[in-house]
Amino acid sequence: MRQKLVVIGAGMASGRVLEHLLEQDPEAYDITLFNAEARGNYNRIMLSPVLSGDKTYAEIVTHDDEWYARNNITCRFGEHVVKIDRDAKQVVGQNGTVDYDKLLIATGSAPFIIPVQGKDLKGVITYRDLDDTNAMIEAAAKGGKAVVIGGGLLGLEAAAGLAERGMDVTVLHLMGHLMERQLDESAGFLLRRDLEQKGVTVMCGASTAAILGETCVEGVMLEDNTGLEADLVVMAVGIRPETRLANDAALSVERGIEVNAQMQTSDPDILAVGECVEFNGALFGLVAPLYDQAKVVAHTLLDQPAVFVSKELSTKLKVTGCDLFSAGDFAEGEGREDIVFRDPGRGVYRRLVLEDDCLVGAVMYGDTTDSNWFFGLIRDKTEVAEMRETLIFGPSFQGGSAVDPLSAVAALPRDAEICGCNGICKGQIEDAIAAGANDLGAVRAVTKASGSCGTCTGLVEQVLAVTLGDAFVMPTSQPVCGCTDMTHEDLRRMIKSQELKSMPAVWQACGWKTSCGCHVCRPALNYYLLADWPVEYHDDPQSRFVNERKHANIQKDGTFSVVPRMWGGITTPDELRAIADAADKFAVPTVKVTGGQRIDLLGVKGEDLPAIWDDLNKAGMVSGHAYSKGLRTVKTCVGTDHCRFGTQDSTGLGIKLEKALWGSWTPHKLKLGVSGCPRNCAEATCKDIGIVCVDSGFQISIGGAAGMDVRETELLCQVETEAEVMEVVMAMTQLFRENAKYLDRIYKWMAKVGLDWIKEQIDDLENRTALAERFELSQSIYRKDPWAEHVKKADSYQTLGDLTLEAAE
Amino acid sequence: MSTLMNDWIDISPLDAIPQRGARLLRTIHGCVAVFRTAKDEVFALDNACPHKNGPLAEGIVHGNAVTCPLHNWVISLETGAVQGADEGQVATYPARVEDGRIWVEASRLRRRAVA
Ligand code: SRM
Ligand SMILES: Cc1cc2nc3c(=O)[nH]c(=O)nc-3n(C[C@H](O)[C@H](O)[C@H](O)COP(=O)(O)OP(=O)(O)OC[C@H]3O[C@@H](n4cnc5c(N)ncnc54)[C@H](O)[C@@H]3O)c2cc1C
Ligand code: SF4
Ligand code: FES
Repeated sequence: MRQKLVVIGAGMASGRVLEHLLEQDPEAYDITLFNAEARGNYNRIMLSPVLSGDKTYAEIVTHDDEWYARNNITCRFGEHVVKIDRDAKQVVGQNGTVDYDKLLIATGSAPFIIPVQGKDLKGVITYRDLDDTNAMIEAAAKGGKAVVIGGGLLGLEAAAGLAERGMDVTVLHLMGHLMERQLDESAGFLLRRDLEQKGVTVMCGASTAAILGETCVEGVMLEDNTGLEADLVVMAVGIRPETRLANDAALSVERGIEVNAQMQTSDPDILAVGECVEFNGALFGLVAPLYDQAKVVAHTLLDQPAVFVSKELSTKLKVTGCDLFSAGDFAEGEGREDIVFRDPGRGVYRRLVLEDDCLVGAVMYGDTTDSNWFFGLIRDKTEVAEMRETLIFGPSFQGGSAVDPLSAVAALPRDAEICGCNGICKGQIEDAIAAGANDLGAVRAVTKASGSCGTCTGLVEQVLAVTLGDAFVMPTSQPVCGCTDMTHEDLRRMIKSQELKSMPAVWQACGWKTSCGCHVCRPALNYYLLADWPVEYHDDPQSRFVNERKHANIQKDGTFSVVPRMWGGITTPDELRAIADAADKFAVPTVKVTGGQRIDLLGVKGEDLPAIWDDLNKAGMVSGHAYSKGLRTVKTCVGTDHCRFGTQDSTGLGIKLEKALWGSWTPHKLKLGVSGCPRNCAEATCKDIGIVCVDSGFQISIGGAAGMDVRETELLCQVETEAEVMEVVMAMTQLFRENAKYLDRIYKWMAKVGLDWIKEQIDDLENRTALAERFELSQSIYRKDPWAEHVKKADSYQTLGDLTLEAAE
Repeated sequence: MSTLMNDWIDISPLDAIPQRGARLLRTIHGCVAVFRTAKDEVFALDNACPHKNGPLAEGIVHGNAVTCPLHNWVISLETGAVQGADEGQVATYPARVEDGRIWVEASRLRRRAVA
């Protein structure tokens, strides 16, 4: 007589099993099929087109009632199986029990719900089945705001679909970039940009604290206390294999139900298939492997030999309207080589990872046409040595040309501003060239482009090269580093004119050849971005040299030096006592008076830093930034307070200046001096900015140095009031911040742009005020004590652990 | 030295180290730097640059390499080998991430009861 097969779960995996089984031997089993969903098998991966309205449910049904009837399968849809009784070999459904000879568990997975307050409110839904999808469609009909928690495949598909249906959608993602498991940072950035163009707001590094509302959701609260309004919350933070039944039945379960290569669980009469299983420690979240499993299950049920082997996985993802692909292992690794190709014009990004002449991983964005070819190379471990050079261009390009260093500039729109000083756009330069200006001088003559500060010269030359082709020979200029062909000046112009506000944005738009830069370009980029976009860009400590990351100077023995500010070189007995106490408490080996009119505590242990800072903070002292490419010191002399020659309050002015400028980041260190008279006891005329007081007012001069080069400052202007000094110095500092190359002191930068150009900018009162205002805006963010901030995260200065303590047990 | 890979210890959650950052582990051989890359891979190396013992944990991490904070030697996190023109070798220790936690193979790093 026929054997009884009971199947729990009518999903994509079990659906395939039934097809294989029936086509090989329709007579083998009496089949009973349970499904918690009140319907049979449909193509779950097509739910997104249903959500976005491109398809109807009817179109994605794979097995209809007629099919089940024809194959006389007893369907118990809309009925949960609640228990498996292995001794009685019975399955207990909500509406009664069924006997089995063989049992197939295909319960898929359950969406993971983050355990936050409000998770059970009406209007909080997951994205797993048709009911969820319909709930979203219904909610979207009312319009309003939706918050999607989770920036993975599901979350983004939900977001894109809801946006298409007219909702105002925000995606909250815990990690630094979207779909971090499938995409690297650069591809993640492009995806984000495309979604934002669809009107979806994306917040990365956002962790949900609570879901708010009385009976229905009204909003979402983030850990950082940002509040978001929401009429609908979609939770898509991941899935967990649905193993509850198997657990209760005491089958062996790890993260999923453990199966052997025949897809049998620890009980040979019970098989499992799909997302609910674990095989050799691996879980499965995509249909391809499930279909292979399904074949094996069918064979095992018919006592035919078969083995399941998990294959290399590729994901060609179809987040509505965005083209992305990732396959294999694209992490960097030993003996691995990266090939990166970026076409800023078409928003294309490709990254190939090679290991011993084979392709092991690939990430593609924007153009995935060749993805199958690349996936083939990975799967078959094809030798790619010969085509190495042109591999990245795909099959059609074999033997094609190499990456064009000019592509970034070629991709700029005509209205992209090239010359900031004279507001000249790419189009105007192209026109000038068309009208016969075929070298830099000529372009300069007719358009003025690069005629002023000259920092955009590189870009103008590239426009010439792009437009004239071989007719123009590019003068070779120093690129920032091996990661790019652009010079610092080119970069600064691109960041401004293309409004690039994040590192991945720059890497993409400027055709970076590496995936995440190097120790040369990252600190420079970090500075340029925070100087040009103080509000939008957030400082990246990991792209800073240790001194600026730890806010102390590293010493040759790995200890640090601590230099608290002494405004204008003025201190008090209390401050000195506090410094003395700190020196005692932390056994500081050397206490030294610096060349900058303050005291240096040298030889402090890294893990003691937060504690010593805390003590100094409590005594009212803040970081002296003796380590920063930023404002260092404002040296002063005693001036009118005490000196018989003093003409103005040089000490007071110095303190005012230091309090206005401290905390600001600059291309290189910035040092000021204020002397009370031309005797210049504060050495003001060898500082980056020096002020010498005279009876009639103040002489402000710039570009001094007394380090590797010794330079005397040159006069910028003379003003009458302290208020004017403050504005000029702030404007001057901002001009330097906005235009100089990273690691140029003022004197070096001045040699390039010329004192006259700087004077023009500062003498133009409107411009001066505007500069000072931009400086003030930036200071509203950076004029704070980094020590106090770091004391708050003191534990990050401690060691992770101490294995020396584990003495012989 | 032969190592029986049988002493994996759970050091900390992955998040205790920032991406492209490092933290220290105190051991009988001095400090070991545990690095986390942008791709969330972890590596453990002696915290001493072959040049002049620069504290590698304080360097800038890029790709799977770190640049020493003192004089910019570049060291591979994989092999501990010094890259480019310079020459030298840093001892490395097996490390891995599992369920969001960092594990280090410590048989060479801590005193054992049996010895
Ligand atoms: C502590 C101090 C020496 C002292 O004991 O007086 C000092 C110490 C260092 N100086 Fe200096 N400079 C110190 C005043 C000076 C001065 C004099 C001054 O500021 O009045 C100069 C010449 C003036 C000038 O800057 O033009 C000076 C010119 C330099 C230079 C050369 C800069 C240049 O552009 O040529 C460097 C190297 C660099 O910055 O790249 C440098 C770099 C350094 C570094 C940070 C080297 C480093 O990167 O590790 C030293 C840190 C030692 C440590 O471990 O703490 N230090 N340094 C002084 C701290 C002043 C302060 O209170 O903040
Ligand atoms: C929106 C969306 C988009 C996706 N896109 C893709 C894609 O592009 N590419 C890709 O490869 N994969 C994609 N997936 C993943 C893919 O759908 C799953 O891997 C696949 O459906 C898993 O099949 P399964 O049979 O294991 O589980 P399921 O298809 O989930 O079926 C399990 C069934 O078992 C039922 N069940 C559970 N417990 C019980 C119980 N106790 N009693 C009775 N019945 C029960 C459930 O109701 C469910 O119907 C997507 C998934 C979703 C949700
Ligand atoms: S002069 Fe040289 S040695 Fe002395 S503190 Fe400055 S950088 Fe160090
Ligand atoms: S100590 Fe590392 S580079 Fe000098």
